[in-house]
Amino acid sequence: MSAIDTSEPTRRDILYIATGAAGAVGVAFVAWPFIHQMNPDASTLALSTTEVDIASLEPGQSVVVKWRGKPVFIRNRTEKEIEEAKSTPIAELKDKAARNANLKDSAAEATDANRAVEGKENILLMVGVCTHLGCIPLGQQGDFGGWFCPCHGSHYDTAGRIRKGPAPENLLVPNYEFISDSVVKIG
Amino acid sequence: MSGGHSAYVPKSGFGKWMDARLPLARLVYDSFVAYPVPRNLNNWYTFGAILSLMLIIQLITGIVLAMHYTPESTMAFASVEKIMRDVNYGWLLRYMHANGASFFFIAVYIHIFRGFYYGSYKNPREVLWILGVIIFILMMATGFMGYVLPWGQMSFWGATVITGFFTAIPIVGDSIHTLLLGGFAVDNPTLNRFFSLHYLLPFMIIGVVILHVWALHVTGQTNPTGVEVKSEQDTVPFTPYATMKDLLAMIVFMLVLAYFIFYMPNFLGHPDNYIEAQPLVTPAHIVPEWYYLPFYAILRAITFDIGIPFTDIVLINSKLGGVIAMFGSLLIFFVVPWLDTSKVRSAAYRPLFKQFFWIFVIVCVGLGWLGSKPAEGIYTTMSQIFTFWYFFHFIVILPVLGLVEKPKPIPASITEAVLAKTGNGDTSNANN
Repeated sequence: MSAIDTSEPTRRDILYIATGAAGAVGVAFVAWPFIHQMNPDASTLALSTTEVDIASLEPGQSVVVKWRGKPVFIRNRTEKEIEEAKSTPIAELKDKAARNANLKDSAAEATDANRAVEGKENILLMVGVCTHLGCIPLGQQGDFGGWFCPCHGSHYDTAGRIRKGPAPENLLVPNYEFISDSVVKIG
Repeated sequence: MSGGHSAYVPKSGFGKWMDARLPLARLVYDSFVAYPVPRNLNNWYTFGAILSLMLIIQLITGIVLAMHYTPESTMAFASVEKIMRDVNYGWLLRYMHANGASFFFIAVYIHIFRGFYYGSYKNPREVLWILGVIIFILMMATGFMGYVLPWGQMSFWGATVITGFFTAIPIVGDSIHTLLLGGFAVDNPTLNRFFSLHYLLPFMIIGVVILHVWALHVTGQTNPTGVEVKSEQDTVPFTPYATMKDLLAMIVFMLVLAYFIFYMPNFLGHPDNYIEAQPLVTPAHIVPEWYYLPFYAILRAITFDIGIPFTDIVLINSKLGGVIAMFGSLLIFFVVPWLDTSKVRSAAYRPLFKQFFWIFVIVCVGLGWLGSKPAEGIYTTMSQIFTFWYFFHFIVILPVLGLVEKPKPIPASITEAVLAKTGNGDTSNANN
């Protein structure tokens, strides 16, 4: 671009490069609002916690509540269902990680105890979104008595762990805590 | 345009004045009147024109439907019902648009398979072919987003499954997923942006179609013999010959479309889409529109992890594997001009390729059928076999056939082939 053809970089060359670089940074700054506008807005982010009273939930029953636009499964498991989940060897699981946001150790194994919170092992609370492509599994169905996703045939057991089908991970356990004996706060 | 010389001679004074300033009439005359086309084009070559007509129909019906539709999650479903019941001729416009989309895909699939059969993608038409594949991908994106707009159960859950593909991407997948949806699940922000993009993409398709036609007019059309045009004797002028032939084909195609619009308007749709979207209830059996079914079957066929044998190390889990296979089945079209090693274009002179072509057609139709079935038992096994063959056809059969196949003798020119067949230059029976 320089009018004088020389092998040495001139003052003008430096100015051209500096101008171009400043322009590129400017374009990146201007582009960001146009990308970031697509992310969840403030009203979507505001709906981040939900409280549920599960006093009337008898063993064997389950409810589905909505949290952040997604369904959350809460099942009061029977003795038999807990026993089935406990007796399954870890080696048989497709996904051996607990996927429980309440555990400090993110590499914890997917034992039945690690899928619930301490003291409330009978209550199983999970995000009801299939880890394959986001459908909602149907409860009390499938080959393992847990959940079955009708979209692409994933079977989950009574601890919400993937056992058969294309889903790669166990159903996700979100952060939750019992704020009284029967009220659980999700998020 | 193909020779670079123009046959246009402006007649009026205004025509001469314009020609010296903006030679638009010259461009139209050279491209659609005097433009020479091979004299032996059969009816399979009319689908390009049919596709142009379908694009125009979709644009016009779409623009008027947008005058009555509300892209808001609590009102979208009701606004579509309002179009069906209250808007003057709303039912007709909506059925034209919905069935038009299906017929757009029928035409594009015939057009693509015609290209496979006659080797239309081969040197020097690679760029023409690639532009066509880009149009096809844009059509699929447009069709998908359009299907979400009525906000029925299949709209919602189809959107959930298809946007879920992006969560398969390692590390950044979840962030991309949230960015696309504008939330943690498909909801009002998703519907809003899909409406905006559904309106935008057809205009991008027009842009690529212009490039596609431009590339076509640079190289000239292929023809059923696969022999290039060698003299003026091999061609006829676009108008009236191709114009009239295309027009007749359009009328026949429109008659079939009209039959669907007036007598079976919901045959190609899914009844569940007349149920308003329910974010907490997944339908028992999610199926996309029929024209995505082969790709959907490939997605579901990968039920196994791919890893290092005899270890627990998983390189590609079944979810990512399915998504890669599905996108791969589409992206492989881009390299077909280089996978097919045969110098002979037309399947008419390739006895082995002709058989494998029809096997491939059966495999694609079979995958479509499997995509509509539940993902269990024998259907999964069959999907895996068919998916294997789909890729085997492109990656192994196409390159190997070019090396081992002995083609039949090729005619010296288009005219020679036509005269040998009919003896009088009649092109009406060249369709085999």
